[in-house]
Amino acid sequence: MKNELILLAHGSGGKQMRKLIEGFAGKYFSNPILDKMNDFAQIDGGSKTIVSTDSFVIKPYKFPGGDIGKLAVCGTVNDVACSGADVKYLTLALIIEEGLPIADLEDICKSIKKASEEAGVLVIAGDTKVVEHGAADGIYINTTGIGIKSIDADIGGEFVQPGDKIIINGNIGDHAAAILACREGLSFTTPSVSDCAPLNGMVKELLAQCSNVRCMRDPTRGGVATVAGEIARQSKVGINIFEQALPIEQSVLGACELFGMDPLYMANEGKLLIFIAAEEADKAIEVLRGNKYGKNAAIIGEVTDKKQGVVLQTAIGSSRILDELTGEILPRIC
Amino acid sequence: MNFDQFRTPGEGIEKLKHLIAKTADRDITIMEVCGTHTMALFRHGIRDMIPTGIKLLSGPGCPVCVTENSVIDKMIWLAGQSDVIVATFGDMLRVPGSYSSLNLQKANGANVQVVYSPLLALELAKKHPDKKVVFIAVGFETTIPAIAVALKSAKQRGINNFFVLCAHKTVPIALEAIAGMDNNVDGLLLPGHVSSIIGANAYRFLAEQYSLPGVIAGFEPLDLLKAIYMIVDMITSSKIAIVNAYERVVSDTGNIKAQQVIAQVFEPCDASWRGMGTIAGSGLKLNEDYVAFDIESIMRIDIAPPIEPAGCLCGQILCGTKTPPDCAHFASKCVPENPVGPCMVSTEGTCAAYYKYRNIGGSDS
Repeated sequence: MKNELILLAHGSGGKQMRKLIEGFAGKYFSNPILDKMNDFAQIDGGSKTIVSTDSFVIKPYKFPGGDIGKLAVCGTVNDVACSGADVKYLTLALIIEEGLPIADLEDICKSIKKASEEAGVLVIAGDTKVVEHGAADGIYINTTGIGIKSIDADIGGEFVQPGDKIIINGNIGDHAAAILACREGLSFTTPSVSDCAPLNGMVKELLAQCSNVRCMRDPTRGGVATVAGEIARQSKVGINIFEQALPIEQSVLGACELFGMDPLYMANEGKLLIFIAAEEADKAIEVLRGNKYGKNAAIIGEVTDKKQGVVLQTAIGSSRILDELTGEILPRIC
Repeated sequence: MNFDQFRTPGEGIEKLKHLIAKTADRDITIMEVCGTHTMALFRHGIRDMIPTGIKLLSGPGCPVCVTENSVIDKMIWLAGQSDVIVATFGDMLRVPGSYSSLNLQKANGANVQVVYSPLLALELAKKHPDKKVVFIAVGFETTIPAIAVALKSAKQRGINNFFVLCAHKTVPIALEAIAGMDNNVDGLLLPGHVSSIIGANAYRFLAEQYSLPGVIAGFEPLDLLKAIYMIVDMITSSKIAIVNAYERVVSDTGNIKAQQVIAQVFEPCDASWRGMGTIAGSGLKLNEDYVAFDIESIMRIDIAPPIEPAGCLCGQILCGTKTPPDCAHFASKCVPENPVGPCMVSTEGTCAAYYKYRNIGGSDS
């Protein structure tokens, strides 16, 4: 370890990042709350306060479908919402590079306002730092979200059971494809737009109708395949994903073919993988489709008791292992 | 393009599976030359759909994998020069050379930029007139035309701080070397993308002089199963030929314009392939009109003698004489995040494909 350096792959959401975090978090910060390794933490068993924090370093900071401000609100709101809590408050820390146009900062703040209003959260504390030109890339943002969980259900990566169904609330890969197209100046017949969205409203509707949601997680870096793998490991179950059931925009599929990428590993910013008891899956689909962020919701997999990680049942009837992401597909996408 | 038409389960797939099983009356070894085919065969689970007697071997068609350590060491040396920006396709970043990798150099502060096209590297040169921008020119006929176009544009626009480290290789002559080796290859699954440039006629000699059948194939499940069936059928019926089964992209004569662009900038040279040694006439170097763009024409690249990683079987794997599980390092010391040899690095690498799509029930490391 002594001579090793941090590589971009350590931030890709894949295997190297998991090993890095497990190494340091386990070694220096271990406690019962953190050790659950969910994207959110529940503090003070009684009052059920939920906390989640996230930093945003996306390049470029403006992209089709949003900007770093919208992303910083949605990313943290979604992580808190995945616990089943009502998201109430956000803290906002900005690290700004010398030379950033003030007008761009204002645009980003407008986005933060708009997204936080939609999500119904208040920005209650903040911090601003400016670093020398070259010491950051425009602007970095950290947000911490606080929510109150008023329902009793156990929701988290450790509660998934064999037989559960896996639902996604819409098309996969849109965010990564939009960033890729934007960075490389590509244009497709249907331009990709990031799916970046606050999903707490949709989650609230879902939890009001379905009481057996086991786990929700947003497949951001590492995509559906990597997040499914995390949950399989946490709950010690197997997962089958059905290739034919995956909702994917043709233009995203085209971009993937062109760049040799697999949509299952591409980042999303407005999607949740929802693990739910089989008998409630159809109801959940109906509820999700009634929300503007769930129009293309689909059942894309199921949980098994076979401890073989994540297996993709391909469209042509074969099957293969879906491993965690190694290396990085595209760095700095969130 | 709508991909569903090539990926729908049902009659076509079942029919081909049945035809292959019925026709394969003996053990047959097919080499898929191209790394993208290796990946596609695994990705669609084709290996599990064909009889066990049909063995699929990966060939030398992954550009990163066949690049010798000396070239990797040279690009790492270049990345260490303060007046150089190395521009490269992303695949080269993690390839371990004798002493380091570009990724490590980058983490140490070297100026290494990943580009998706050599034209972007040219723009980089325009943006940084005080630096030498060196594009790592590895790859086969598929990528060579784009590099030739970038060089022509550099010349026309008078951009004189754009260079290449030239390590291009061409496919047909390497296949001739494979055909002459003792590797039990009965037939070839020929590359789709390379063939779109060079055309089907470029391979005819393999059937005529070496009695080696080959089928040019696309990358979708139906393409792959159809090509495997055609190869098996040619072998069992002793009707040896080169067949183009990717007619929606490949013609007999290929892309003449692209071939002309290549000829305007490059000329054949001997090239050294990892695992296969030097093959006469199997590489391309800049011709006299363009030689000034060769970084080695203006800089003496001073590298120590390359060291091959001990026990790494990449060389034999590329020739089809070994497979990844034969290697003691495979999936233990050599994994994608910490590769020993280049075949574990590239997305098209044989070892990376075997690792990523290893058998269900495989260990979680």
